[in-house]
Amino acid sequence: MTSIRVTETPLVTYVLRRADDALVLGHRLSEWCGKAPVMEEEMALANMGLDLIGQARALYTYAGEAEAQGHDEDAFAYRRDERAYRNLLLVEQPNGDFALTMVRQLLYAAYADPYWRAMMGSSDPTLAAIAAKAEKEMAYHLRHSAEWVVRLGDGTEESRRRTGRALAQLWPFTGELFHTDEIEREMIMSGVAVDPATLRDTWCRTLIEVLDRATLKIPEDGWMQSGGRGGRHSEHLGHLLAELQYLQRTIPGATW
Amino acid sequence: MVSQAPDSAALRDDVWRIAGAVQDPEIPVLTIADLGVLRDVRVNDAGIEVDITPTYCGCPAMTTIALEIAIALERAGLGRPTVKTVLSPAWTTDWMSDEGRAKLKDYGIAPPPKGAGRRALFGIEQVACPHCGATDTAPIAEFGSTACKALWRCNACREPFDYFKCH
Repeated sequence: MTSIRVTETPLVTYVLRRADDALVLGHRLSEWCGKAPVMEEEMALANMGLDLIGQARALYTYAGEAEAQGHDEDAFAYRRDERAYRNLLLVEQPNGDFALTMVRQLLYAAYADPYWRAMMGSSDPTLAAIAAKAEKEMAYHLRHSAEWVVRLGDGTEESRRRTGRALAQLWPFTGELFHTDEIEREMIMSGVAVDPATLRDTWCRTLIEVLDRATLKIPEDGWMQSGGRGGRHSEHLGHLLAELQYLQRTIPGATW
Repeated sequence: MVSQAPDSAALRDDVWRIAGAVQDPEIPVLTIADLGVLRDVRVNDAGIEVDITPTYCGCPAMTTIALEIAIALERAGLGRPTVKTVLSPAWTTDWMSDEGRAKLKDYGIAPPPKGAGRRALFGIEQVACPHCGATDTAPIAEFGSTACKALWRCNACREPFDYFKCH
């Protein structure tokens, strides 16, 4: 089925970016289904994925209302190409091993938890309402991933090595969490959005607290990757979307 | 604004009672009124409108709950309602009724504590065992059989139990 064309306004783009973050990370977590190391993590990963997909659905629905072109949540999720996706590069990175999945979850949740808490004060009532639900969920994701990173970092030699490697591998994707552009600045000025730069201290403090316990160190800031917000992705997103969109692209409008 | 004639107030009470009696599909001892998932009922010229709110963003039970409400009201001869999902204000475990908490405990699920604040990053909670009442308990898994529950174990009677997460 052909792709949709999104009529972008600052609000539509802003909401789609957050919806894409939630959907892509939720999809990544769902890839663990049937493969998690223990039964408890099988449930935890699926539950966290479900939270994120729930957040994505609410955000896509709102983007559709803001755009007013008749696009529903499915149109945004299933009928946009990779270049139209505006998620952070961090969330599209492949699952790797369990350590990498937990480090990725920690890096995102340590950001999303204070982000949604701050967004509860958004001048946009729908975003404030979505934020009030999402922040409770992200507090759980943060705690769960933090506990695992501590356990793995302060675990065996092997688990410590893998956790440190995951941290080093994902660190270059964290710069993008705090970027702003013209669109974001317009939303910040109008009180719809929070300035992500104001979240950086909280994010850093959380990571230092967790990594201290994990006997790991925050990596040095070096070259930071960016491009996700503008639709320039790593090679991994296209493969993810191929799986996510296959059914609706092949049998348009299929329901069950 | 909706102006309500006396008989529409009575109808609203009926709708509230019938819709409120719909069971949670995942915890069948609780009704949606017990849970605080039923938020509002309006009766006006457009018909009957029912507001429900999800416990979690991705709660898969919402579609079933909406359908069950429609079936219950139609079966009572009240016609087809419009069931709306509202997100604000966000659902909290504080909305669960005392009756609901008692039913949960009898069913073997530890109810959420009332008025609990945000949890610390590495917070420690105390949850009483719903079977023997002992407080010497420990978490097994933060995420249980449904999005709203965690799995705990009692160190006194050695029984595992579900804990309805506070949030």
